[in-house]
Amino acid sequence: MATLRDEIYPIRSSDDIVKVRQITREWALMQTFSLVDQTKIVTAASELARNTLEHGRGGEVRIQALQEGPRRGLRLTFTDQGPGIPDLAKALQDGFTTGNGMGLGLSGSKRLMNDFDIQSEVGKGTTVMIARWK
Amino acid sequence: MERIPILKMGSFLLVTVQVDMHDRLAMTLQDDLTGRIVKDRAHGVLIDISSLEIVDSFIGRMIGNIASMARVLDAETVVVGMRPAVAITLVELGLSLPGVRTALNVDQGVELLKECIEERAQGNGHVAG
Repeated sequence: MATLRDEIYPIRSSDDIVKVRQITREWALMQTFSLVDQTKIVTAASELARNTLEHGRGGEVRIQALQEGPRRGLRLTFTDQGPGIPDLAKALQDGFTTGNGMGLGLSGSKRLMNDFDIQSEVGKGTTVMIARWK
Repeated sequence: MERIPILKMGSFLLVTVQVDMHDRLAMTLQDDLTGRIVKDRAHGVLIDISSLEIVDSFIGRMIGNIASMARVLDAETVVVGMRPAVAITLVELGLSLPGVRTALNVDQGVELLKECIEERAQGNGHVAG
């Protein structure tokens, strides 16, 4: 698998969420995703960036433009050093929330993407990886 | 501070969201709009989201909240101009905006608002507006 581009952006404020959306849109366009796919990727990125900020007390996102044979992909990895998630299975359920959201962030972004992986350790932090391929 | 303008259109309020909405701006709109419904004695709110490239769960919740608050304040809300890609994504995300009326454009939104208000007036046995 070839990495065409690889960058890291901070998620420290509500403005950074908007910035992550804009960057993700640019990269999805660069990878020639359809408008619907772009919208799905940007929406998932927005959900996870907000999780990183609100539940993880801020962190960063690594964004990678990938190529595997004829397939192009976009992978985003959100990392925080926040409190971690004690019960992952529960956190992945629709409607489960500890904040004041709707509890669709994790489960929803999983549905919007092709690949989804989450690692979390209580007291250490959380890493969520999502990718979409065309 | 940055604000989303709210225009008065007869007994309706029109909000056209033209910027990439960050979370604080969405909260401010919620506050501004409920204030204006009371001040202008509005019976309907039109939220034009045709410029929005995405609606995530936060913005979706904000739209739902506005509709609920407006209803408590005796006003109906119609969301207009949602892009097809946004609609597809919203449903897949798991957000179906329950209780929020939608129309394809502002003209149809105005018609829908008029119908809602008329219906409600008949149902309640008094005339709104």
